[in-house]
Amino acid sequence: MNTSAVWEKLKQVKDPELPTVSIVDMGMVKDVSVREKQMEIQLIPTFVGCPALEIIKQEVLKQLQPEFEGEIKIKFVLDIPWTSDRINDEGRENLKKMGIAPPPKHFNIGEPWVAECPYCGSPKTVMDNLFGPTACRSILYCTHCKNPFEAIKPI
Amino acid sequence: MVNKISTAEEVKQHPAFREALVSLLYQLADDNFILSFRGSEWLGLAPQLESDVAFSSIWQDHMGHAALFYRMLEELGEGRADDLAHLRTPHEMRNAILTERSNGPGDYIVNPQYDWAYAVVRQFIFDLFESVRMTSLQQSSYLPLAQAAAKVAREKPYHVLHGESWLGQMIKTEEGQVRLKKALTNVWHDLGDLFSLGEMGEKMVEYGLTESEDFLRQRFVDRLRKVFDTYNINWPGELPKQMELNGRLGEHTDELAQALDILSEVYRQDPAANW
Repeated sequence: MNTSAVWEKLKQVKDPELPTVSIVDMGMVKDVSVREKQMEIQLIPTFVGCPALEIIKQEVLKQLQPEFEGEIKIKFVLDIPWTSDRINDEGRENLKKMGIAPPPKHFNIGEPWVAECPYCGSPKTVMDNLFGPTACRSILYCTHCKNPFEAIKPI
Repeated sequence: MVNKISTAEEVKQHPAFREALVSLLYQLADDNFILSFRGSEWLGLAPQLESDVAFSSIWQDHMGHAALFYRMLEELGEGRADDLAHLRTPHEMRNAILTERSNGPGDYIVNPQYDWAYAVVRQFIFDLFESVRMTSLQQSSYLPLAQAAAKVAREKPYHVLHGESWLGQMIKTEEGQVRLKKALTNVWHDLGDLFSLGEMGEKMVEYGLTESEDFLRQRFVDRLRKVFDTYNINWPGELPKQMELNGRLGEHTDELAQALDILSEVYRQDPAANW
């Protein structure tokens, strides 16, 4: 199994709390190194306390182990912090499919955060709760199409 | 200029450095662990559904931060992270007194008479302090700690904003102002040891692990004054210099023992169980 095949496999691993988005699209995969008998995958946690991390680790193993005769090490690393800018364009589109607004690009913490409604695209949205059902999400409301929605917190 | 140390293995070659680092990590882990338990005692009891969701999400973050610091202690040879959290005695805990205070009279199950004003003021004050501490620790001479702090610091603004928005709401009504004042008085009383680095404090600073107590306190006061000015909240007075108890030295109230009894009850029954 070569490195690019591993990356392809990792695209099959979804965040259990965001089933339309792969961990690759979320920017959670930092590095993949494959040798004959050993493979190491470095993952970056989105939020430190995210309870999905252990499940993600198991899902990665499930994808790779059947096709690799050797040891697979999966490490969560913090040497670069995850930021919401790590979500790629495909990830941003897939988030919207689930009714979740992607974070604004190049956001500086402290700036006003305008989240566009994932349903109608309107910027006329209001914050309902900075905290949502998972560590990485907030709950908002669109005053244009009258839908509540969630948004990935920019960090 | 202090050289950076990048791995736990390297730390183990320097016993004096290791002792100071371990001491600091216990403070970080225990603060987050105990306060996240106090926060979780609000689950289902917060005044609105939105505050319930927000408060539980916030304390889940803190529990994650505690787990991160306990894992760093495990890497440094202190024992299993879960054991460190659950099997130490109150006297071995290094959390600040503020983090162990109960939420109010009563019991979580039977007639809780918890004080929401105290809960949100404590959350705000602790997270403002944590934000200051994490910003500072990004310069730590122990690289894994500096990296962890950089990560945690990015999550902090959301916590600070939550507490701040409650201050903004309370100051708007007369009842809110009375409750806010009382909560601030209680929180203020416990601020002494929050900034203490304990008996290894001087060594921690000398080794470049953290900035000094005075520096952290001043940075905290500067930031807090700005927030109070924004909302026209009166400054409660000088931060206490004297403290009756110093949690960083293992001195605690009975409220910590009560918290640990409940928190670790199941774990202590069978520490070898696989969760």
